[in-house]
Amino acid sequence: MTEEIIIAGFGGQGVLSMGKILAYSGIMQDKEVSWMPSYGPEMRGGTANVTVILSDERISSPYLKMYDTAIILNQQSMDKFEKSVKPDGVLLYDPNGISHHPTRKDIKIYQIEGMKLAAEMGNKKIFNMVVLGAFLKIKPVIKLENVTDGLKKSLSERYHHLIPLNKEAIIKGLGSVSVYNVEEQAFHI
Amino acid sequence: MSELKLMKGNEALAEAAIRAGVDAYFGYPITPQSEVIEHLMAERPEERTGMVVLQAESEIAAINMVYGAASTGKKAMTSSSSPGISLKLEGISYLAGAELPAVIVNVVRGGPGLGTIQPSQADYFQSVKGGGHGDFKLYVLAPASVQEMSDFVEDAFDIAFKYRAPVLILSDGLIGQMMEKVHLKDQQKRMTDEEVIEKYGSWAVTGKTDRERNIITSLDLDPEKMEVRVYKLLKKYDQMEKEDLRYEKISCDDAEYLFVAYGSSARIAQKAVSLARKKGIKAGLLRPITLFPYPKHQLFELADQVKGILSVELNTGQMVEDVQLAVQHKVPVEHFGRTGGIIHTPEEVLEALEDKVIINGCIGNHKTRESSIL
Amino acid sequence: MDVLEIIKPENQVFCKTKLMTDATLSYCPGCGHGTVHNLTIEVIDEMAIAEDTIGVAPVGCSVLAYDFMNIDMTQAAHGRAPAIATAISRLWPNKYVFTYQGDGDLAAIGTAETLHACNRGENIVVIFVNNGIYGMTGGQMAPTTLCGMRTSTSPYGREIENMGSPLKITELVANLPGVFYATRQSVHTHKHARKAKKAIRKAFENTRLNKGVSFVEIVSNCNSGWKMTPLESNQWMVDNMFPIFPLGDIKVDAKLKKS
Repeated sequence: MTEEIIIAGFGGQGVLSMGKILAYSGIMQDKEVSWMPSYGPEMRGGTANVTVILSDERISSPYLKMYDTAIILNQQSMDKFEKSVKPDGVLLYDPNGISHHPTRKDIKIYQIEGMKLAAEMGNKKIFNMVVLGAFLKIKPVIKLENVTDGLKKSLSERYHHLIPLNKEAIIKGLGSVSVYNVEEQAFHI
Repeated sequence: MSELKLMKGNEALAEAAIRAGVDAYFGYPITPQSEVIEHLMAERPEERTGMVVLQAESEIAAINMVYGAASTGKKAMTSSSSPGISLKLEGISYLAGAELPAVIVNVVRGGPGLGTIQPSQADYFQSVKGGGHGDFKLYVLAPASVQEMSDFVEDAFDIAFKYRAPVLILSDGLIGQMMEKVHLKDQQKRMTDEEVIEKYGSWAVTGKTDRERNIITSLDLDPEKMEVRVYKLLKKYDQMEKEDLRYEKISCDDAEYLFVAYGSSARIAQKAVSLARKKGIKAGLLRPITLFPYPKHQLFELADQVKGILSVELNTGQMVEDVQLAVQHKVPVEHFGRTGGIIHTPEEVLEALEDKVIINGCIGNHKTRESSIL
Repeated sequence: MDVLEIIKPENQVFCKTKLMTDATLSYCPGCGHGTVHNLTIEVIDEMAIAEDTIGVAPVGCSVLAYDFMNIDMTQAAHGRAPAIATAISRLWPNKYVFTYQGDGDLAAIGTAETLHACNRGENIVVIFVNNGIYGMTGGQMAPTTLCGMRTSTSPYGREIENMGSPLKITELVANLPGVFYATRQSVHTHKHARKAKKAIRKAFENTRLNKGVSFVEIVSNCNSGWKMTPLESNQWMVDNMFPIFPLGDIKVDAKLKKS
């Protein structure tokens, strides 16, 4: 199994930490992992993205052109990475703030109302965990208990009291994904 | 028992320095390597091992602090990124001239000038062709993973003290910034002052006791003596070539085409090897782990087996000159690389192999480097 | 006084300590460096700290200081002696670490290292020999060259408008909290040499007490660079250097003296 993922959005949306939690969860499941961020000015408010690879084998290039899954959280990233999804690959996005929806017909497209759901749960910061849950619904590459362990490892101890909330957000995400049909409209799965 | 962690290359290197019992780190912030000093400062190494960590006023001061510490037989290191390494070169030349053991880390970014903060391998010439003034070389280790960022710290100090010579770890922004699994070694004890004096007292300046005084200097105004000094260095470099060359061969046994790449480019070229083999092209990869000494005999031999070679580098063509020298015109040697902070994709690398080596396939039919990118 | 009279023991003011090697000094006859070397090494000898002393030699006329001082020494890149001393002192906190530097080394190319080592309050002694000129490279303008003074790179005299004013770096560093002791001395007469030795002794005592930087400037001559006889150069120093670089303590026991 090799899963090549790009997560892209605004700096501050938790893009890099979502990738880190996913990578740590992979380690908990005995996977080889790599986490390659875009770095520099992006970190200070512009766009940010991270490539995460989970694999049963030694990972060669941590930097890729095409991805099995693109998790897209803003319009700029949609413009940049929709074309980088492999045929039959997955594009998961939060429609919040997206004006030009994806149009490719050779990939599977899903929506998650991450921002909205996080707001409803009373903490916008868990937005990225809702999205992570949605990803795990579509691609169940990591078991939930390993994600919990990954959270423990990647969050410093002073944030450990937030783990139950994060878990709740992941579960929320698991149950809230909808398929987006390019010709018709979104519906829940 | 080793500890398993997910870490950035820069953090893994810093943590390895503490665990290897390094005595001192002196540095100055610069992207993309600032995590090294940040991790060290956050870890309170003075409490963990007594390691001295100091943020210097400049890269120049930092390398000279390393020189001072190394003069006394202590294990000292510094790290920086390209423009900062340029500033350190005077000090590196002094370290080589004064025969001092030290470790310097370059997490390379794009240049020239202030350039960019994105990854690059444009400091190859600077690293292996001397870099500073005078007749000297650096032993250069090129890590290609976070694990090697960690492991090479101890390896580098072993070489530095074996030869009493500065050692460079040549990384780049990609290896420094990415996170991977890393097995961290157990904590080693730092040497005590008494142990340092016992082991290195024959040359280190630790205070003159009843022995002859020790002097650390790179100066000899008498040219006859200076020539002797330089030849002494040369002997070390010959010995390094014989005893401490490192490289890795990937899928080379049946290879008809060969990539040569180090560090981050080797990771990308490795993926290009598997893409090529899916297409039925028998590609292999030679990864030099030491850039000096260089696996030139291995390349010379592989040239009898393969039809063509592509040197893959994040620059406009530097290591390719050493590949060409090693291969001695036996087969065509071409270069492919993106520069300015752009990282080539495995697809691009494979395409370059097909265009430049497999189709062109003979000397005198080169595309220019620029036209092959644009 | 003839030579025989001069070499009588009762007329002997300075003698070579056993901590000086037998190597012939590379300094021009009449230069102050030899005296400053001797005073420094006498203090180390008298305090019986040779085994625990590490010296850092500069680039400049005194680059070969390690040939003359029979102690462990390391030789610094131009201007970087305070950085090197910083590392040695941090790693060997019980050692006496001193730098021996000239004005070009300390106050031009090494200004950053000087200021920051002083600002951090490294536990080191800085011996700073200021003769207002680059001696070794053949008499070029130094940061401490006086206004109007002719050198090979200010052949018509140093002009303030183009070349700036002589840098009083000892006053500058004295204002930094890391500097415990800053003084300016000279060695052109017995009386002055004795005072200078006291200052150097105090500086090394401060290291023993872990007090931070002790900064001892020695205003000296460069008869070759100034193109004078040794005696003329000493007189010229008194007449011209001392008004700009007045002798005396600038900061003692972390307290600035009122000027």
